[in-house]
Amino acid sequence: MIPALFVAFAAVLLVSSLFVILNRSPVTSALSLVLAFCALAGIYLLLRAEFIGLVQVVVYAGAIMVLFLFVIMYLNLGRDIESGITIVVRRGLGWLLGAVLVAEGAWLLARGWAPGPGGPSAAAPGAGNTQQVGALLYTRYLFPFEITSLLLLVAMVGVIVIARGRRGPAAPPVAPAPGVSAGSAPARTTGGTAAVTPEEKP
Amino acid sequence: MIPLAWLLTLSGLVFAIGVVGVLVRRNALVIFMSIELMLNAANLAFVAFARELHSLDGQVFVFFVMTVAAAEVAVGLAIIVNLFRLRETVFVDEINLLKG
Repeated sequence: MIPALFVAFAAVLLVSSLFVILNRSPVTSALSLVLAFCALAGIYLLLRAEFIGLVQVVVYAGAIMVLFLFVIMYLNLGRDIESGITIVVRRGLGWLLGAVLVAEGAWLLARGWAPGPGGPSAAAPGAGNTQQVGALLYTRYLFPFEITSLLLLVAMVGVIVIARGRRGPAAPPVAPAPGVSAGSAPARTTGGTAAVTPEEKP
Repeated sequence: MIPLAWLLTLSGLVFAIGVVGVLVRRNALVIFMSIELMLNAANLAFVAFARELHSLDGQVFVFFVMTVAAAEVAVGLAIIVNLFRLRETVFVDEINLLKG
């Protein structure tokens, strides 16, 4: 049962990934990517990584892809124009290099290999996956976890500064929108679209 | 029980699709999506080895990779929006200011 489900999810993942890079319309690419992420979340669930699977759906298929779709619609992109001899040559070279990469991977997998020795599981065996990951995250990986929060803060501030656009020195600085604390995604969008809000006008 | 070799094959194929996407497409947004595909392929390998070695460290690493990917996407899309305002294009081969 589980191998059959895995094959089904893997087929969906591969086909939708190919759709991402083959489709000319960026919106269709983004929606195919959502499908690929959901199939990957299913594979994570089959591998008994429930926390990662659900975070995959929430963060990737939810937040990140909403950001992608918002930018595609904000820029009002149509279908890509891909014609001309240089583009055809580059496409052929790209597929050739991809085939070389796949051949290298197949060669590596075909040689004799085995995973190294596994460490003993740190958490209690009766606890759920989320509980185990959380315990590990807040004990052994506490310092990287805090660094990650710092990284997110820096990214948030940087995105607001970048997406606000160029402005004359006389213009008053725009106060960050109230959605800043909800994460970097709404902060970016509010910072990106705030050209001149009505209350700024004299 | 899914064999580890199947998972690594799937991960490698998805990674190769991402690499080809970066190489053949000229839309910066689609290139970004291909990079996300590559990150997800690496995540799949992490989770596969975490299951194989009975260790949760791989899943914690996937969590960190996802966080960094979220920050990277936010910053990258902001740069693309700014680039579009400046040059009216998202095609990477038309952005050649530094080309000698």
